[in-house]
Amino acid sequence: MHIHLHDQYQQAQTLVHGLDARVKVILTVLFILTVSLTPFGAFGAYIALFALIMAVALLARIEPMYLLKRSVVALPFALAAVTLPFTVPGQTLLTLPIFGGLTVSAEGVIRFVSILIKSWLSLQMAIILVTVTAFPAILWALRALRIPPPLIAIVSLMYRYLFVLFDEAMRLLRARAARSATQAGIRSGGSLAWRGQVAGRMAGSLMLRSFERSERIYNAMLARGYQGQLLGLEHGHLTSRDVVAAAIMVALLTLILLLSRI
Amino acid sequence: MHHKIEVENLEFTYPDGRKALHGVTLIVQPGEKVALVGPNGAGKSTLLLHLNGILRGQGTIRVAHLELAEANLGKIRAAVGLVFQNPDDQLFSPTVFDDVAFGPLHMGLPEATVRARVQSALTAVGMQEYRDRISHHLSIGEKKRIAIATVLSMEPEILVLDEPTAGLDPRARRTLINLLRQLDMTMLVSTHDMRMVAELFERTVIMEDGRIVASGATATLLADPVLLERHGLEMF
Repeated sequence: MHIHLHDQYQQAQTLVHGLDARVKVILTVLFILTVSLTPFGAFGAYIALFALIMAVALLARIEPMYLLKRSVVALPFALAAVTLPFTVPGQTLLTLPIFGGLTVSAEGVIRFVSILIKSWLSLQMAIILVTVTAFPAILWALRALRIPPPLIAIVSLMYRYLFVLFDEAMRLLRARAARSATQAGIRSGGSLAWRGQVAGRMAGSLMLRSFERSERIYNAMLARGYQGQLLGLEHGHLTSRDVVAAAIMVALLTLILLLSRI
Repeated sequence: MHHKIEVENLEFTYPDGRKALHGVTLIVQPGEKVALVGPNGAGKSTLLLHLNGILRGQGTIRVAHLELAEANLGKIRAAVGLVFQNPDDQLFSPTVFDDVAFGPLHMGLPEATVRARVQSALTAVGMQEYRDRISHHLSIGEKKRIAIATVLSMEPEILVLDEPTAGLDPRARRTLINLLRQLDMTMLVSTHDMRMVAELFERTVIMEDGRIVASGATATLLADPVLLERHGLEMF
């Protein structure tokens, strides 16, 4: 009766785990920025960036397979770019015998593959970030980096209650299952419309329950002095290790970016 | 110490028109531990939510010699530790530490004091090793104790608890009762757990239909089967 929060965080004592959360968040964002700034078709740069990911994963003792498996979720999003081979003008690779001859251009294919690789690379670094940084530390880093407090509050409460809501939904589904009996010889289950109505009411009931819960939570916050802003303690100071790690990473990213641009 | 609760002629109607409190008058003396019993819907939780100004009805409420008014809300919330029935509502922060630190931080205390208070509050409820845990992963008994720590860290003069033993297994319930016994402060506790009432509270107040229908020494009230039956309560 309880969904466990499968935190992506893997506890370990490595150089990467020990870095300041702020440094890790900034470096991840810089990495993603570099990935998006590399030109289309710069496959050498992609390989270098991938090597960088693997090096960080190695330092953090993350299984490469774990990383590859988890990053597959990015693929469906890349489908948004699937029209590129057909729409980007350029040298015709082949003509498909549909819609009266659809042409595939070489430039379009390169652009599509590049976007696929770029999103996949970016996601892998993001996965590393949440694997080596506990979620509360990421929240703290975002706060320290002056991300607007309401956004952080939303993420923080979502992290806390997503699975409470999940439990609630599970209870509703279970209650329905427990009363969905069948009887020999009688057609059971009702009409599709009726079942749709039941499901709709369950969703509505879940929304109402969440709404009421949010009021109770707000009351609990008020009772302890909440005045509209979540406060947190400062913790962690930058060490020389953080500075060195950041410098190396920034230097490598700049190098890759420059080489890919010449 | 002025940790006294005075409620005079309190009336409250919910926005949907349901009248929940009909002129409640209640005084809890400094250091007194009082049980608030009565059937579901009697208005117990509604009354408790008034004690630090979450709900605002008509009537006079004085807590720790402070009139309950907009200007005093901050001080009153620091003086009254209110523990909600469902710990999932009370524990809203990412980690146990953050939750226990929430009250002291909002009181504007310096960092070192906040840390010391979190430490001593968690020690008081026997949960020191849980400070970096995530509330979602805890058992309900553990969550209840942390919920109490979240208000102990504010060092309130008065502790108000809504059904602290509801849903606990016997061992967690025993731990909680022992904890409540150790805490030396004014206490008002709403509950259905009559055996805990007999064990822990010198005075009992019975509520029904938004009114206080009986108040007196626990031993006397609980020895009156006619009274208990009339208000839907039973001993053992």
